[in-house]
Amino acid sequence: MINTDILIIGAGPTGLFTVFEAGLLKLRCHLIDALPQAGGQCSEIYPKKPIYDIPAYPEILAGDLTDKLMEQIKQFEPGFTLGERAETIEKQEDETFIVTTNKGTKHHAKIVAIAGGLGSFEPRKPPIPNIANFEDKGVEYIIRDPEFYSNKKVVISGGGDSALDWAIFLTDVAASVTLIHRRNEFRGALDSVDKVQELKDAGKITMITPAEVKGIVGIDKVEGVAVVQNGGEEFILKTDHFIPLFGLSPKLGPIANWGLEIEKNAIKVNNALDYQTNIPGIYAIGDVNTYPGKLKLILCGFHEATLMCQSAYKRIFPDKKYVMKYTTVGGVDGFDGTRKEAPKAVVKKIE
Amino acid sequence: MNPDITLKITDREGILHEIQAPTDMAMNLMEIIRSYELAEEGTIGVCGGMAMCASCHCYINSNHDLPPKTDEEDAMLSETFNIQNNSRLGCQIQLKPSLNGLKINIAAEV
Repeated sequence: MINTDILIIGAGPTGLFTVFEAGLLKLRCHLIDALPQAGGQCSEIYPKKPIYDIPAYPEILAGDLTDKLMEQIKQFEPGFTLGERAETIEKQEDETFIVTTNKGTKHHAKIVAIAGGLGSFEPRKPPIPNIANFEDKGVEYIIRDPEFYSNKKVVISGGGDSALDWAIFLTDVAASVTLIHRRNEFRGALDSVDKVQELKDAGKITMITPAEVKGIVGIDKVEGVAVVQNGGEEFILKTDHFIPLFGLSPKLGPIANWGLEIEKNAIKVNNALDYQTNIPGIYAIGDVNTYPGKLKLILCGFHEATLMCQSAYKRIFPDKKYVMKYTTVGGVDGFDGTRKEAPKAVVKKIE
Repeated sequence: MNPDITLKITDREGILHEIQAPTDMAMNLMEIIRSYELAEEGTIGVCGGMAMCASCHCYINSNHDLPPKTDEEDAMLSETFNIQNNSRLGCQIQLKPSLNGLKINIAAEV
């Protein structure tokens, strides 16, 4: 069991900044995210896009914003459960919470802050009628362990970076790799495209373009895929695995069943006070929440995180007196023993 | 000031909406759909309008002169499901006076 003060669901910019504001109040944080890395949409969808409305940054790349936030919270030693999705929540008799992920990891926390953005990123599944029957029976939307494909025949479908990168990687592992895409053009880093061209010329990757997988054949498991190339006759291509890689799309997912008030795919909160949900002790901040006048902006998420942490502190320590302290005055004391503070002014007489 | 234009938008349930759209606020088709809440929040404009998610996929059903597809839009559409010849990403179509009367269907959520 992982123990913490504030369990943050979602490691996007709002979730990461929460660690800082909580740290100033000497509260420890742990973050859960379905993605394998921190940063949320900023690292998953648009790391190379510039953002222009982060205060004091005339321009900053989304990926760099993530790196800066990670640097800013480092001394507060946040814990991370990455690549797992928060699945269930149980309120305990002492008003604390246990949150369990889809992989069974349990987290015990006094406060839960949902900073889940638009939800957890789920693979986009192509509309092939019988595809659901073959999930985990030869159809995989995410490659977890490349060795799983050792000496197997693999068909990958998709035209972006992940399709290209995995096609390249699996040529060293799988018995054969076929890449199927609707067009001859691929959208990916230039060197990945060049590498696939090279492997195709060397006979290590079979390309079928412009083409689409229309069906899956097999009895208990995938034995082949039905392919239509360039509007021609459908043909069957024998394979052990079919891996559609069409990117990820966010879904609110299991959080929708936690008994929280949901409106327009977002969690209703009390914005007059502290961004608490209808369940005391559970807060929702950033893009995942809604209230009159809500704007889904990173800078609004930062503000919400700040107020939420003050409220969380009062909930944990109802009888302690506290007033907010400026970092210019109090400095920053890390849990790792480091201290940041303003240099002392020199007071000296001029003769 | 540019005049408002009329758009005929069929939502994902098949209901036709005739709406007025401003042409002087640098809005695109995805944004006007969101402003009228013709598709559920969180299911459209997920990437914010960067041609990176295709949640604003729509079908154009009138003969208006549209801006040509950029390479980015074309590539994103090639990875989108249920594509037709008249598929476009709403976020890449800026609203301007010449689009008065534009007819579109919002594509199903995938």
